[in-house]
Amino acid sequence: MLSRTAENLFWLARYVERAEYLARTIDATLRVTALPAAYIGKTNEWDSALLTAGVGSGFYDHYPEANQQNVVEYLSFSSENPSSIKNCIEAARLNSRSVRTALTSEMWDTINSAWIELQAVWSKGGTGSREELAKFLRFVQETSLRFDGSAYRTMLRNDAYWFSRLGVHLERADNTARILDVKYHMLLPEEEHVGGPLDYYQWTSILRSVSATTAYHWVYRETLKPWLIADLLILNDTLPRSLASCYSNLVRNLDQIGVAYGRQGASQRHARGIRNRLEHSHMDDIFQHGVHEFIQEFIADNSRLGEIITKQYLI
Amino acid sequence: MAVAFDEMNGLGEDLRPAYQELSRWLKETPPDALEYRRQEAELLFRRIGITFAVYGDSEAQERLIPFDVIPRIMSATEWTLLEKGLKQRVLALNMFLKDIYHGRDILRANIIPEDLIFQNPVFRPEMNGQDVPHDIYVHIAGIDIIRTDPDNFIVLEDNARTPSGVSYMLENREIMMRLFPDLFSRHRVAPVERYPDELLSALRSVAPHNASAEPTVALMTPGVYNSAYYEHSFLADKLGIELVEGRDLIVKNDEVFMRTTEGLKRVDVIYRRVDDDFLDPLTFRPDSALGVPGLMSAYAAGNITLANAVGTGIADDKAIYSYMPDIVKFYLSEEPILKNVQTWRCREPQDLSYVLDNLADLVVKEVHGSGGYGMLIGPAATKATIEAFRDKLKREPEGFIAQPTLALSTCPTCTDKGLAPRHVDLRPFVLTGSSHTTIVPGGLTRVALKEGSLVVNSSQGGGTKDTWILSE
Repeated sequence: MLSRTAENLFWLARYVERAEYLARTIDATLRVTALPAAYIGKTNEWDSALLTAGVGSGFYDHYPEANQQNVVEYLSFSSENPSSIKNCIEAARLNSRSVRTALTSEMWDTINSAWIELQAVWSKGGTGSREELAKFLRFVQETSLRFDGSAYRTMLRNDAYWFSRLGVHLERADNTARILDVKYHMLLPEEEHVGGPLDYYQWTSILRSVSATTAYHWVYRETLKPWLIADLLILNDTLPRSLASCYSNLVRNLDQIGVAYGRQGASQRHARGIRNRLEHSHMDDIFQHGVHEFIQEFIADNSRLGEIITKQYLI
Repeated sequence: MAVAFDEMNGLGEDLRPAYQELSRWLKETPPDALEYRRQEAELLFRRIGITFAVYGDSEAQERLIPFDVIPRIMSATEWTLLEKGLKQRVLALNMFLKDIYHGRDILRANIIPEDLIFQNPVFRPEMNGQDVPHDIYVHIAGIDIIRTDPDNFIVLEDNARTPSGVSYMLENREIMMRLFPDLFSRHRVAPVERYPDELLSALRSVAPHNASAEPTVALMTPGVYNSAYYEHSFLADKLGIELVEGRDLIVKNDEVFMRTTEGLKRVDVIYRRVDDDFLDPLTFRPDSALGVPGLMSAYAAGNITLANAVGTGIADDKAIYSYMPDIVKFYLSEEPILKNVQTWRCREPQDLSYVLDNLADLVVKEVHGSGGYGMLIGPAATKATIEAFRDKLKREPEGFIAQPTLALSTCPTCTDKGLAPRHVDLRPFVLTGSSHTTIVPGGLTRVALKEGSLVVNSSQGGGTKDTWILSE
């Protein structure tokens, strides 16, 4: 297929995944900040939402203060923010238009309808009430579900599908890693007041932003323990948003491309390297080594994989 | 202006046979049911994303072409005649192009003045002596047809460069079949859906001699911001071929390749929807970012087929148009089946003086214009506009032609005040491959939605209708 088409599919999937993650982050933050002050402590949850979205620095060029109104606006609708939900959906639609021939009509319909809906919300001046905001965030998450579902159900299993999946998993790994990175200090096991109400809600919030609250209980059948949360999000292959699961998928999709094209390359090797490291790691070692260092390294490796894929296939 | 010929009711109240079922159905169907389906159609169009851009209108960057749900119907007899006329016309266009870029018999026979060819900006000297596979220049033609009475089909314009609109022919039918299954079951409408297959086989049949047995065809678009981008992606999808932009292509050793995830892949035929001027910055406009450097030298080497060929503009130029009846007679020794609109060539002094004296009654068009831009419709224009136009005309008479204001036929159309007659034209699409010429029964019917308006161009507020050709 055309390199440009593959590139567009890859980024289209990334934009949709990112939009969903932003919606989840806002949603999770709204829930935590709705709690009485005693439960949330002194950290500014809206600041940390900006950090998990990876847009901490740009925000302060446009707003004096990270409060709910400003951050929600910046993450959802701001045109100044290149990765706002609005910009993600608009970029996704522009990419879809460029690769209409590689998309199934169901996928196009999902993106195009989302874009039309976005125009409608936007023309009304955004989301005024909490209720409208909640509806909007739900809509964004549903768009991503529909997109994923229609890709899964309607696309031919060929390189177009695999490049799109690469985008999903690379973006997803990045998002999960970022939320871990921002909240890692809460996961450190040596905290003395483990189990206090404050941490409890913070942890729930992490799980919520990767939609894994129920999954946690099914996997561990335990009350929330920080090291188990870290274990779930980093190493547990059964959780679709875990780093391990993202990398099983990345390796598989890259192998499928390699087989179809009859040749492997740098991206297959690099992805396998990361996957092997995740497979052979234990949570104890990661804590020993330092969670922060581990995740920082992962984020860098993950974004290097993006560069290698681009060089090998997309230009 | 006299009452126009109506496709449904003729000149009076005598219902024409092809419209009998439709008329009965319209009487049975309550108006609000029609309105409901009209809205549904609009929703469908918007969701599918069939939009076009209007240049110079940033408000409506992506606009829908209004769709009218009342079909335009033609009997099998009418179509047979039209089809014959179209094939004749396109054959003559191809023979004319071959001649102009080779032996130039027609110039030596003094049928067409030389300067009209050689001083014409759409004449491409690069094509002199260049052979194209099977001598086909115009693989895809869109011939705009109008009628003023039940007996004649008149060509308003030949489109031999990159005619657009065929996606509307296909999508209009798709949507009509979804919304009005009952109406279809009461008619025997010839299907149009094989158009993409016919197009692909025509394109493959003209691959260069050194192409593989399974030639690779690609559709070249200027990109997402082009007004017809939707159509480009729609067609590439239906044909199952890559939709490429200039930056996806590269020329090496006079061969054209596309950049793919598996490396470079040779391309044999390019169905290009990019104008001549922008194809190759080395040959044509050096500022074109849409083109492919070296494409013309690969073309000259015979390693790539461009459809349509470069330089076809000389055949559909409005100044050449007035000579089409002579062109048909010259190459085919036959009487033209399709008529031409009477045309005054402003470059000729006696024609010019007639035009200047009768501006208020005429339509004056720029020779190189298209899309309904820059024309004067005398009867609808104010005195001031006419005077301004008169000056323009005097300054550069060779840039214009004039035609009488024709009472284009009308067809019943949904309006705010119920069904009313609106003027229509028809653009059928003529495909020419190595072995034969095909016309899918149908075409794009364009309708001027404003009462009394004669301008059907989508860029000027025109709409479209599904076109039904009834089987015997």
